[in-house]
Amino acid sequence: MTKYECTACGYVYDPAQGDPENGIAPGTAFADLPEDWVCPLCGVGKEEFEEVK
Amino acid sequence: MQPVKIAEDIYWVGAIDWDVRNFHGYTTQRGASYNAYLIVDENITLIDTVKPQFCDEMLKRISQVVEPEKIDYIIANHVEMDHSGSLPLVMERAKNATVITSPKGLQGLKKHYKKEWNFQAVKTGDNLNIGKRNISFILTPMVHWPDNMIGYLVEDKILFSNDAFGQHLASSERFDDQLPLQIVLEEAKKYYGNIVLPYGNQVAKALEAAADLDIEIIAPSHGVIWRSHIPEIIEQYRKWCANETEEAAVIIYDTMWTSTEKIAYAVQAAFEAKGIPTKMRNLKTNHISDIITDVVTAKYICVGSPTLNNNMLPTVAGFLTYLKGLAPKNRVGLAFGSYGWGGQSVSQVEAVLEECGFDLLKQVKVQYIPDDSELQEITDKLKGELS
Repeated sequence: MTKYECTACGYVYDPAQGDPENGIAPGTAFADLPEDWVCPLCGVGKEEFEEVK
Repeated sequence: MQPVKIAEDIYWVGAIDWDVRNFHGYTTQRGASYNAYLIVDENITLIDTVKPQFCDEMLKRISQVVEPEKIDYIIANHVEMDHSGSLPLVMERAKNATVITSPKGLQGLKKHYKKEWNFQAVKTGDNLNIGKRNISFILTPMVHWPDNMIGYLVEDKILFSNDAFGQHLASSERFDDQLPLQIVLEEAKKYYGNIVLPYGNQVAKALEAAADLDIEIIAPSHGVIWRSHIPEIIEQYRKWCANETEEAAVIIYDTMWTSTEKIAYAVQAAFEAKGIPTKMRNLKTNHISDIITDVVTAKYICVGSPTLNNNMLPTVAGFLTYLKGLAPKNRVGLAFGSYGWGGQSVSQVEAVLEECGFDLLKQVKVQYIPDDSELQEITDKLKGELS
Protein backbone atom coordinates (compact mmCIF):
# COMPACT_ATOMS: atom_id res chain seq x y z
CA MET A 1 0.00 0.00 0.00
CA THR A 2 1.13 3.52 -0.78
CA LYS A 3 2.86 5.63 1.84
CA TYR A 4 2.10 9.33 2.25
CA GLU A 5 4.42 12.02 3.56
CA CYS A 6 3.41 15.11 5.52
CA THR A 7 4.73 18.08 3.57
CA ALA A 8 4.80 20.19 6.74
CA CYS A 9 6.99 18.06 8.97
CA GLY A 10 8.16 15.02 7.02
CA TYR A 11 6.18 12.38 8.93
CA VAL A 12 5.47 9.36 6.73
CA TYR A 13 2.15 7.55 7.06
CA ASP A 14 2.78 3.88 6.46
CA PRO A 15 -0.49 1.96 5.99
CA ALA A 16 1.22 -1.23 7.18
CA GLN A 17 1.84 0.43 10.56
CA GLY A 18 -1.32 2.56 10.74
CA ASP A 19 -1.46 5.07 13.60
CA PRO A 20 -2.50 2.91 16.55
CA GLU A 21 -1.95 5.71 19.11
CA ASN A 22 -4.76 7.57 17.40
CA GLY A 23 -7.04 4.63 16.78
CA ILE A 24 -5.92 3.77 13.24
CA ALA A 25 -5.37 0.04 12.83
CA PRO A 26 -2.43 -1.33 10.85
CA GLY A 27 -3.52 -2.03 7.29
CA THR A 28 -5.59 1.16 6.93
CA ALA A 29 -5.00 2.79 3.53
CA PHE A 30 -4.36 6.54 3.54
CA ALA A 31 -7.59 7.10 1.59
CA ASP A 32 -9.52 5.30 4.32
CA LEU A 33 -8.25 7.51 7.13
CA PRO A 34 -11.08 9.57 8.64
CA GLU A 35 -11.36 13.11 7.27
CA ASP A 36 -10.56 14.58 10.69
CA TRP A 37 -7.36 12.53 11.07
CA VAL A 38 -4.34 14.79 11.50
CA CYS A 39 -0.60 14.27 11.27
CA PRO A 40 0.39 12.67 14.59
CA LEU A 41 3.67 14.56 14.51
CA CYS A 42 2.69 18.16 13.71
CA GLY A 43 -1.11 18.29 13.61
CA VAL A 44 -1.85 19.36 10.01
CA GLY A 45 -4.73 17.80 8.03
CA LYS A 46 -4.75 15.03 5.40
CA GLU A 47 -4.71 17.58 2.57
CA GLU A 48 -1.11 18.45 3.49
CA PHE A 49 0.06 14.91 2.63
CA GLU A 50 1.62 13.80 -0.62
CA GLU A 51 2.06 10.34 -2.04
CA VAL A 52 5.57 8.93 -1.59
CA LYS A 53 6.83 7.92 -5.01
CA MET B 1 31.94 40.49 26.05
CA GLN B 2 34.11 37.48 26.59
CA PRO B 3 33.70 34.08 25.02
CA VAL B 4 33.31 31.38 27.67
CA LYS B 5 35.36 28.24 27.30
CA ILE B 6 33.26 25.13 27.89
CA ALA B 7 35.89 22.56 26.89
CA GLU B 8 39.26 22.60 25.15
CA ASP B 9 38.85 24.71 21.96
CA ILE B 10 35.08 24.93 22.45
CA TYR B 11 33.50 28.24 23.40
CA TRP B 12 30.13 29.72 24.19
CA VAL B 13 29.89 32.79 21.94
CA GLY B 14 26.22 33.69 22.32
CA ALA B 15 24.39 36.79 23.49
CA ILE B 16 22.56 37.78 26.65
CA ASP B 17 19.23 39.56 26.35
CA TRP B 18 18.79 41.16 29.75
CA ASP B 19 15.84 43.26 28.62
CA VAL B 20 13.43 40.87 26.94
CA ARG B 21 10.22 40.44 28.94
CA ASN B 22 7.99 39.13 26.20
CA PHE B 23 9.28 36.36 23.99
CA HIS B 24 6.60 35.96 21.28
CA GLY B 25 3.95 36.15 23.97
CA TYR B 26 5.80 34.19 26.65
CA THR B 27 6.75 36.38 29.62
CA THR B 28 10.45 36.22 30.35
CA GLN B 29 10.84 37.91 33.71
CA ARG B 30 14.43 36.70 33.96
CA GLY B 31 15.39 37.74 30.42
CA ALA B 32 16.93 35.25 27.97
CA SER B 33 20.11 34.17 26.30
CA TYR B 34 20.73 32.97 22.77
CA ASN B 35 23.52 30.47 22.82
CA ALA B 36 25.91 29.97 19.94
CA TYR B 37 28.98 27.75 20.21
CA LEU B 38 32.30 27.87 18.44
CA ILE B 39 34.50 24.82 17.91
CA VAL B 40 38.07 25.55 16.89
CA ASP B 41 39.33 22.55 14.95
CA GLU B 42 40.83 22.13 11.48
CA ASN B 43 37.47 23.35 10.26
CA ILE B 44 36.14 26.20 12.38
CA THR B 45 32.56 25.40 13.23
CA LEU B 46 29.85 27.65 14.61
CA ILE B 47 26.81 25.99 16.11
CA ASP B 48 23.70 28.17 15.74
CA THR B 49 23.65 31.95 15.86
CA VAL B 50 21.65 34.54 17.83
CA LYS B 51 18.72 36.93 17.36
CA PRO B 52 19.70 39.36 14.60
CA GLN B 53 19.86 42.42 16.86
CA PHE B 54 22.51 40.61 18.94
CA CYS B 55 24.72 39.62 16.02
CA ASP B 56 27.41 42.17 16.90
CA GLU B 57 27.66 40.84 20.42
CA MET B 58 28.19 37.32 19.08
CA LEU B 59 30.72 38.45 16.47
CA LYS B 60 32.72 40.29 19.14
CA ARG B 61 32.89 37.12 21.19
CA ILE B 62 33.86 35.03 18.16
CA SER B 63 36.52 37.57 17.15
CA GLN B 64 38.36 37.06 20.42
CA VAL B 65 38.89 33.43 19.45
CA VAL B 66 39.12 33.50 15.63
CA GLU B 67 38.31 35.89 12.84
CA PRO B 68 34.69 35.24 11.77
CA GLU B 69 35.93 35.10 8.15
CA LYS B 70 37.63 31.80 9.03
CA ILE B 71 34.42 29.97 9.91
CA ASP B 72 34.04 26.89 7.67
CA TYR B 73 30.79 25.41 8.91
CA ILE B 74 27.71 26.90 10.48
CA ILE B 75 25.37 24.33 11.90
CA ALA B 76 21.79 25.62 11.88
CA ASN B 77 19.94 23.27 14.19
CA HIS B 78 16.70 25.26 14.02
CA VAL B 79 15.23 27.81 11.62
CA GLU B 80 13.49 30.01 14.22
CA MET B 81 15.02 33.48 14.09
CA ASP B 82 16.42 33.60 17.60
CA HIS B 83 18.88 30.97 16.31
CA SER B 84 19.17 31.53 12.58
CA GLY B 85 18.55 35.27 12.55
CA SER B 86 22.22 36.26 12.41
CA LEU B 87 23.03 33.90 9.53
CA PRO B 88 22.79 36.62 6.83
CA LEU B 89 25.26 38.86 8.66
CA VAL B 90 27.62 36.04 9.57
CA MET B 91 27.56 34.75 5.98
CA GLU B 92 28.61 38.22 4.78
CA ARG B 93 31.78 37.74 6.82
CA ALA B 94 32.29 34.00 6.40
CA LYS B 95 31.66 33.99 2.68
CA ASN B 96 32.86 30.45 2.03
CA ALA B 97 31.17 28.80 4.96
CA THR B 98 28.79 25.90 4.45
CA VAL B 99 25.49 25.91 6.31
CA ILE B 100 24.69 22.47 7.67
CA THR B 101 21.03 21.88 8.41
CA SER B 102 18.23 19.32 8.24
CA PRO B 103 16.23 18.80 5.00
CA LYS B 104 13.34 20.81 6.50
CA GLY B 105 15.85 23.34 7.78
CA LEU B 106 17.11 23.79 4.24
CA GLN B 107 13.59 24.61 3.02
CA GLY B 108 12.95 26.90 5.98
CA LEU B 109 16.22 28.83 5.75
CA LYS B 110 15.74 29.40 2.02
CA LYS B 111 12.23 30.72 2.66
CA HIS B 112 13.41 32.96 5.47
CA TYR B 113 16.50 34.50 3.90
CA LYS B 114 16.17 33.94 0.13
CA LYS B 115 19.89 33.26 -0.16
CA GLU B 116 21.79 30.69 -2.15
CA TRP B 117 24.44 29.93 0.43
CA ASN B 118 26.46 26.73 0.34
CA PHE B 119 24.08 24.36 2.04
CA GLN B 120 24.50 20.79 3.11
CA ALA B 121 21.46 18.91 4.37
CA VAL B 122 22.03 16.14 6.90
CA LYS B 123 19.85 13.44 8.37
CA THR B 124 19.94 11.25 11.46
CA GLY B 125 23.17 9.29 11.67
CA ASP B 126 25.12 11.58 9.36
CA ASN B 127 28.54 12.55 10.58
CA LEU B 128 30.50 15.74 9.95
CA ASN B 129 34.24 15.50 10.38
CA ILE B 130 35.77 18.85 11.33
CA GLY B 131 39.35 17.69 11.89
CA LYS B 132 40.07 15.91 15.14
CA ARG B 133 36.41 15.89 15.97
CA ASN B 134 33.16 14.52 14.59
CA ILE B 135 29.65 15.83 14.95
CA SER B 136 26.87 13.30 14.65
CA PHE B 137 23.36 14.55 13.87
CA ILE B 138 19.95 13.43 15.07
CA LEU B 139 16.85 14.94 13.49
CA THR B 140 14.27 15.84 16.13
CA PRO B 141 11.26 16.91 14.05
CA MET B 142 8.63 18.81 16.02
CA VAL B 143 10.86 19.35 19.03
CA HIS B 144 9.58 21.89 18.38
CA TRP B 145 9.52 22.79 14.63
CA PRO B 146 9.75 20.38 11.67
CA ASP B 147 13.35 21.47 11.03
CA ASN B 148 14.82 20.84 14.47
CA MET B 149 17.91 18.71 14.86
CA ILE B 150 20.58 18.23 17.50
CA GLY B 151 24.28 17.53 17.19
CA TYR B 152 26.54 15.33 19.29
CA LEU B 153 30.22 16.16 19.44
CA VAL B 154 31.55 12.64 19.71
CA GLU B 155 35.08 13.17 21.09
CA ASP B 156 34.09 15.75 23.70
CA LYS B 157 30.76 14.09 24.60
CA ILE B 158 28.83 17.32 24.22
CA LEU B 159 25.22 17.32 23.07
CA PHE B 160 24.21 20.54 21.34
CA SER B 161 20.52 20.17 22.06
CA ASN B 162 19.20 23.44 20.61
CA ASP B 163 15.84 24.30 22.25
CA ALA B 164 15.56 21.03 24.18
CA PHE B 165 16.67 21.49 27.81
CA GLY B 166 16.67 25.28 27.33
CA GLN B 167 15.54 27.95 29.76
CA HIS B 168 14.82 31.65 29.29
CA LEU B 169 17.24 33.05 31.77
CA ALA B 170 19.69 35.93 31.36
CA SER B 171 22.76 35.48 33.53
CA SER B 172 26.46 36.13 33.50
CA GLU B 173 26.82 32.55 34.76
CA ARG B 174 26.94 29.98 32.00
CA PHE B 175 26.63 26.67 33.85
CA ASP B 176 23.89 24.90 35.79
CA ASP B 177 26.02 24.65 38.93
CA GLN B 178 26.59 28.40 39.13
CA LEU B 179 22.97 29.31 39.86
CA PRO B 180 20.45 27.91 42.34
CA LEU B 181 19.23 24.67 40.75
CA GLN B 182 15.62 25.38 41.70
CA ILE B 183 15.60 28.54 39.59
CA VAL B 184 17.13 26.79 36.60
CA LEU B 185 14.69 23.88 36.82
CA GLU B 186 11.73 26.22 37.22
CA GLU B 187 12.73 28.12 34.08
CA ALA B 188 13.34 24.82 32.28
CA LYS B 189 9.82 23.75 33.28
CA LYS B 190 8.31 27.01 32.07
CA TYR B 191 10.21 26.65 28.80
CA TYR B 192 9.04 23.06 28.36
CA GLY B 193 5.44 24.03 29.11
CA ASN B 194 5.28 26.95 26.73
CA ILE B 195 7.42 25.64 23.88
CA VAL B 196 7.71 21.87 23.92
CA LEU B 197 4.63 20.52 25.74
CA PRO B 198 2.57 19.57 22.64
CA TYR B 199 5.35 17.32 21.38
CA GLY B 200 5.77 14.86 24.26
CA ASN B 201 5.85 11.81 21.99
CA GLN B 202 8.62 13.29 19.89
CA VAL B 203 10.56 14.31 23.01
CA ALA B 204 10.31 10.72 24.21
CA LYS B 205 11.80 9.52 20.90
CA ALA B 206 14.58 12.12 21.11
CA LEU B 207 15.37 11.04 24.68
CA GLU B 208 15.52 7.44 23.48
CA ALA B 209 18.00 8.39 20.78
CA ALA B 210 20.05 10.41 23.27
CA ALA B 211 20.04 7.59 25.83
CA ASP B 212 22.63 5.71 23.77
CA LEU B 213 25.04 8.64 23.95
CA ASP B 214 27.65 9.19 26.61
CA ILE B 215 26.93 12.80 27.52
CA GLU B 216 29.14 14.97 29.71
CA ILE B 217 27.70 18.34 28.71
CA ILE B 218 24.33 19.40 27.32
CA ALA B 219 24.68 22.74 25.59
CA PRO B 220 21.21 24.13 24.82
CA SER B 221 20.41 27.20 22.74
CA HIS B 222 18.90 29.13 25.67
CA GLY B 223 19.97 29.55 29.27
CA VAL B 224 22.70 27.79 31.20
CA ILE B 225 24.73 24.80 30.05
CA TRP B 226 24.11 21.50 31.85
CA ARG B 227 27.24 19.82 33.20
CA SER B 228 26.50 18.99 36.85
CA HIS B 229 22.76 18.24 36.83
CA ILE B 230 22.27 16.26 33.63
CA PRO B 231 20.49 13.32 35.34
CA GLU B 232 18.07 15.75 37.02
CA ILE B 233 17.04 17.57 33.85
CA ILE B 234 16.78 14.32 31.85
CA GLU B 235 14.56 12.87 34.55
CA GLN B 236 12.34 15.97 34.51
CA TYR B 237 12.02 15.77 30.73
CA ARG B 238 11.15 12.10 30.98
CA LYS B 239 8.30 12.91 33.39
CA TRP B 240 7.08 15.95 31.50
CA CYS B 241 6.99 14.24 28.12
CA ALA B 242 5.13 11.27 29.58
CA ASN B 243 2.56 13.72 31.04
CA GLU B 244 3.20 12.28 34.49
CA THR B 245 1.21 14.48 36.84
CA GLU B 246 1.24 15.24 40.55
CA GLU B 247 -1.79 15.36 42.85
CA ALA B 248 -2.05 19.13 42.51
CA ALA B 249 -4.68 21.55 41.24
CA VAL B 250 -4.48 24.81 39.31
CA ILE B 251 -7.57 26.98 39.60
CA ILE B 252 -7.66 29.45 36.73
CA TYR B 253 -10.41 32.04 36.54
CA ASP B 254 -11.51 35.54 35.78
CA THR B 255 -14.33 37.31 37.56
CA MET B 256 -16.56 40.38 37.08
CA TRP B 257 -18.32 41.01 40.41
CA THR B 258 -16.30 38.44 42.42
CA SER B 259 -18.96 35.69 42.27
CA THR B 260 -16.82 33.42 40.09
CA GLU B 261 -13.92 34.20 42.40
CA LYS B 262 -15.97 33.04 45.38
CA ILE B 263 -16.67 29.78 43.56
CA ALA B 264 -12.95 29.47 42.78
CA TYR B 265 -12.14 29.61 46.48
CA ALA B 266 -14.95 27.14 47.32
CA VAL B 267 -13.35 24.80 44.77
CA GLN B 268 -9.97 25.37 46.39
CA ALA B 269 -11.43 24.53 49.81
CA ALA B 270 -12.38 21.08 48.53
CA PHE B 271 -8.85 20.35 47.29
CA GLU B 272 -7.42 21.75 50.52
CA ALA B 273 -9.66 19.44 52.55
CA LYS B 274 -8.31 16.49 50.55
CA GLY B 275 -4.72 17.58 51.16
CA ILE B 276 -4.17 18.41 47.49
CA PRO B 277 -1.95 21.48 46.91
CA THR B 278 -3.58 24.22 44.84
CA LYS B 279 -2.53 27.33 42.97
CA MET B 280 -5.00 30.20 42.51
CA ARG B 281 -4.45 31.84 39.13
CA ASN B 282 -6.60 34.88 38.50
CA LEU B 283 -6.25 35.74 34.81
CA LYS B 284 -6.29 39.45 35.63
CA THR B 285 -3.07 39.12 37.63
CA ASN B 286 -1.33 36.09 36.08
CA HIS B 287 0.07 35.71 32.60
CA ILE B 288 -1.03 32.61 30.69
CA SER B 289 2.58 31.57 30.12
CA ASP B 290 3.21 31.53 33.89
CA ILE B 291 0.06 29.51 34.49
CA ILE B 292 1.29 26.91 32.00
CA THR B 293 4.32 26.27 34.25
CA ASP B 294 1.88 25.02 36.89
CA VAL B 295 -0.13 23.10 34.31
CA VAL B 296 2.89 21.01 33.21
CA THR B 297 2.67 18.82 36.31
CA ALA B 298 -0.80 19.48 37.79
CA LYS B 299 -3.41 16.73 37.52
CA TYR B 300 -6.45 18.97 38.10
CA ILE B 301 -7.10 21.89 35.74
CA CYS B 302 -10.09 23.94 37.01
CA VAL B 303 -11.25 26.82 34.81
CA GLY B 304 -13.87 29.38 35.77
CA SER B 305 -15.62 32.18 33.91
CA PRO B 306 -18.73 34.23 34.45
CA THR B 307 -21.04 34.71 31.47
CA LEU B 308 -20.67 37.99 29.60
CA ASN B 309 -22.90 38.60 26.56
CA ASN B 310 -23.70 34.88 26.33
CA ASN B 311 -20.01 33.97 26.26
CA MET B 312 -17.10 33.24 28.53
CA LEU B 313 -14.79 36.17 29.25
CA PRO B 314 -12.19 36.87 26.54
CA THR B 315 -9.35 36.32 29.02
CA VAL B 316 -10.62 32.81 29.74
CA ALA B 317 -11.17 32.09 26.04
CA GLY B 318 -7.58 33.22 25.38
CA PHE B 319 -6.22 30.95 28.09
CA LEU B 320 -8.23 27.98 26.86
CA THR B 321 -7.05 28.46 23.27
CA TYR B 322 -3.48 28.47 24.53
CA LEU B 323 -4.08 25.43 26.75
CA LYS B 324 -5.72 23.43 23.97
CA GLY B 325 -2.81 24.09 21.62
CA LEU B 326 -0.26 23.01 24.22
CA ALA B 327 -2.24 19.77 24.61
CA PRO B 328 -1.41 18.52 28.10
CA LYS B 329 -2.68 14.97 28.58
CA ASN B 330 -3.91 12.75 31.43
CA ARG B 331 -5.67 15.60 33.25
CA VAL B 332 -8.91 16.08 35.12
CA GLY B 333 -10.87 19.22 34.26
CA LEU B 334 -13.50 21.21 36.10
CA ALA B 335 -15.53 24.09 34.65
CA PHE B 336 -17.18 26.61 36.93
CA GLY B 337 -18.66 30.09 36.92
CA SER B 338 -21.42 32.45 37.91
CA TYR B 339 -24.02 34.09 35.71
CA GLY B 340 -26.91 36.51 35.79
CA TRP B 341 -29.04 35.00 33.04
CA GLY B 342 -28.19 32.59 30.26
CA GLY B 343 -25.09 31.14 31.92
CA GLN B 344 -23.56 29.72 28.73
CA SER B 345 -19.95 30.26 29.81
CA VAL B 346 -19.60 27.20 32.03
CA SER B 347 -20.62 24.74 29.32
CA GLN B 348 -18.41 26.57 26.85
CA VAL B 349 -15.42 26.18 29.17
CA GLU B 350 -16.33 22.56 29.77
CA ALA B 351 -16.57 21.89 26.02
CA VAL B 352 -12.97 23.04 25.54
CA LEU B 353 -11.74 20.96 28.48
CA GLU B 354 -13.49 17.99 26.89
CA GLU B 355 -11.86 18.73 23.53
CA CYS B 356 -8.55 18.67 25.39
CA GLY B 357 -9.37 15.07 26.24
CA PHE B 358 -9.59 15.68 29.99
CA ASP B 359 -11.72 13.60 32.32
CA LEU B 360 -14.32 15.94 33.76
CA LEU B 361 -15.56 16.67 37.25
CA LYS B 362 -19.15 17.85 37.53
CA GLN B 363 -19.44 21.48 36.44
CA VAL B 364 -20.32 24.17 38.99
CA LYS B 365 -22.67 26.98 38.00
CA VAL B 366 -24.31 29.54 40.29
CA GLN B 367 -26.76 32.35 39.44
CA TYR B 368 -25.80 35.80 40.73
CA ILE B 369 -23.96 35.72 44.06
CA PRO B 370 -23.25 32.39 45.76
CA ASP B 371 -24.12 32.61 49.47
CA ASP B 372 -22.29 30.80 52.22
CA SER B 373 -24.48 27.74 52.09
CA GLU B 374 -24.13 27.45 48.31
CA LEU B 375 -20.36 27.79 48.61
CA GLN B 376 -20.29 25.12 51.31
CA GLU B 377 -22.35 22.87 49.09
CA ILE B 378 -19.88 23.38 46.19
CA THR B 379 -16.99 22.42 48.47
CA ASP B 380 -18.77 19.41 49.92
CA LYS B 381 -19.90 18.03 46.56
CA LEU B 382 -16.44 18.39 45.07
CA LYS B 383 -14.85 16.78 48.13
CA GLY B 384 -17.20 13.86 47.56
CA GLU B 385 -16.16 13.59 43.91
CA LEU B 386 -12.48 13.69 44.82
CA SER B 387 -12.84 10.81 47.27
